[in-house]
Amino acid sequence: MSVVADGPQAQAPVTVPPAISVHGLTKRYGDLVAVDGIDFSVAQGEIFAFLGPNGAGKSTTIKMLCTLAHPTMGQAMVAGMDVATMAKSVRRHIGLVFQEQTLDDQLTAEENLRFHAVLYGVPHRLVEPRIARVLALVALSDRRKDLVSTYSGGMARRLEIARGMLHTPKVLFLDEPTVGLDPQTRALIWEDIQRLRSEEGVTIFLTTHYMDEAEFAERIAIIDHGTIIALDSPDLLKASVGRDTVSIETTDDEAALASLQAAGYTVERSGTGLTAFVPDEEAAVGPIVAAAGVPVRTVRAHRPTLDDVFLHFTGREIREQHGETVPMMARVRGARRS
Amino acid sequence: MTTRSHTAPANPTTSGGTVAPASGPGTLVSDEVRVVGMVWERELIRYVRTRTRIVSGLIQPVLFLFVLGYGMNGLVGTTGGFNFRQFVYPGVVAMSVVMTAMFSALSIVWYREFGFLREMLVAPVSRVSLVLGKTAGGATVAAVQGTIMLVLAPLVGIRLTPLLVVQMIGLELLMAVAMTTFGVFVASRIQKMESFQVVMQMLLLPMLFLSGALFPLNGLPGWLAVITRVNPLTYAVAPFRQVIFAAQHMSPAARSRFPTNVTLFGYALPIGAELTIVIVFALVFFVLAFRGLSRTE
Repeated sequence: MSVVADGPQAQAPVTVPPAISVHGLTKRYGDLVAVDGIDFSVAQGEIFAFLGPNGAGKSTTIKMLCTLAHPTMGQAMVAGMDVATMAKSVRRHIGLVFQEQTLDDQLTAEENLRFHAVLYGVPHRLVEPRIARVLALVALSDRRKDLVSTYSGGMARRLEIARGMLHTPKVLFLDEPTVGLDPQTRALIWEDIQRLRSEEGVTIFLTTHYMDEAEFAERIAIIDHGTIIALDSPDLLKASVGRDTVSIETTDDEAALASLQAAGYTVERSGTGLTAFVPDEEAAVGPIVAAAGVPVRTVRAHRPTLDDVFLHFTGREIREQHGETVPMMARVRGARRS
Repeated sequence: MTTRSHTAPANPTTSGGTVAPASGPGTLVSDEVRVVGMVWERELIRYVRTRTRIVSGLIQPVLFLFVLGYGMNGLVGTTGGFNFRQFVYPGVVAMSVVMTAMFSALSIVWYREFGFLREMLVAPVSRVSLVLGKTAGGATVAAVQGTIMLVLAPLVGIRLTPLLVVQMIGLELLMAVAMTTFGVFVASRIQKMESFQVVMQMLLLPMLFLSGALFPLNGLPGWLAVITRVNPLTYAVAPFRQVIFAAQHMSPAARSRFPTNVTLFGYALPIGAELTIVIVFALVFFVLAFRGLSRTE
């Protein structure tokens, strides 16, 4: 598969310049190469995720794009401006949400937002409508006059996202936006992010080391040891590492194998039974059980996950200490469907 | 899984208004002025909101004025109707200004620890504006706290005249500016909250004790005299005592018993020289504070 995919960009009108375009971007700290000559571009209005383990170069990349670190080599254009030479203009046109909280908790939400509006030069007459607007976007309008010290961690994070949007940035950068939050809150934040994109048309660039969250991005760049090792939509990335499978155990595997092959399925013997390769595991379960022709004892359907993708490209797992990710995934999906 | 396909984003101009790009250098200057004003306003909001800080900021001066004042009275006695409480009053006013200004400035360390400093430092504004706003805010708060101290004047037998009140507020502002810039500089060098206590104990208390706030600086042993003359606070405290004592009806005996001047190389410094030293101190630390904050990213 192609490393620098140009899927959505190729479909975008040629007249729209990318929100972010990066060529040969490199950052060295002494002998350490934190980011090693990466290339990618992000289309306007896209949700783009940088996925990788801690220390892979995600934060360094985001810092360079936000003009908080100078690239050692290469070029990065954000909102049409070079981050190296037009740092101040770039900062005016991007929104930043850091991993750590950067609100003043002795001020109210409104005061924090007003302060930010001044720092980012929002014209006076627009301050009030923008505050009302961004608070509505993250559903915090009713907490507007409350001190931030009374906010929960999730509310504070959503207020920060609202603040990042206050000056109508062209690109919103979110560095690990959901780290340390409970599953419900993470689901809410993802709803916020998608609402911002659809209602404000902002381009969203985020980093995460949660596989299940990267699923929500339109495209994912998997970064490891400072280089991009894969870049594509989640579905294409997953498709690139293997197909959906349905594994069954039957009372008579020989007979089942023959029946399924006769029905046109690609089937292999696996450890304790048979594995069929299918385009869509969910849809295939019923027909396969019916086509087996003998009683089926167990059925397992599997679709490649981003974990499989990460494992495939790096040879190891990303999910070290994140036992909660699996139930989380189910939760967010449920919330999204409702 | 096709729900995430590229939906055309809504036109941002239709919703809530957009930010016009900054145009022309004139706009930028007024933007910076707005930033100074906002940083200043924020400091005042925080001051008004933390009533405990206002009260605790008053407890220490009151302790010095009344407890230490009455305690020392037996030792020092009364000369021409003038006693230790009246002597120490200007020093206590100065101390409350210094403490408030330093607390306000050192809250930067707190923001650093809790990230808020970053929100300010990454903004597309000049750091000069941030330091100016911070200094103006800290100075205003400290001057307000010092002005509250004027209420105590009649209780210790200090006569207030309209001129004296104006002079004192002016001196409070100057001293507060100097101490806030100094505090911002110190804060820019501190990374952790724990260091805050250390700074208060190892820097601020010695500076206060060696400033002449609590005892006259004349007739000290040589080594101590040298330290007090090096201490910049000395030159900020002395003018308070000079303007306050100038407004009192004091006998010559009382004036010689409770001197107000700081002597340097045998010369009594005029108030103008003292104020110049404080102004230079403030300017130097303003530059250092700006540099200190620029260093952090």
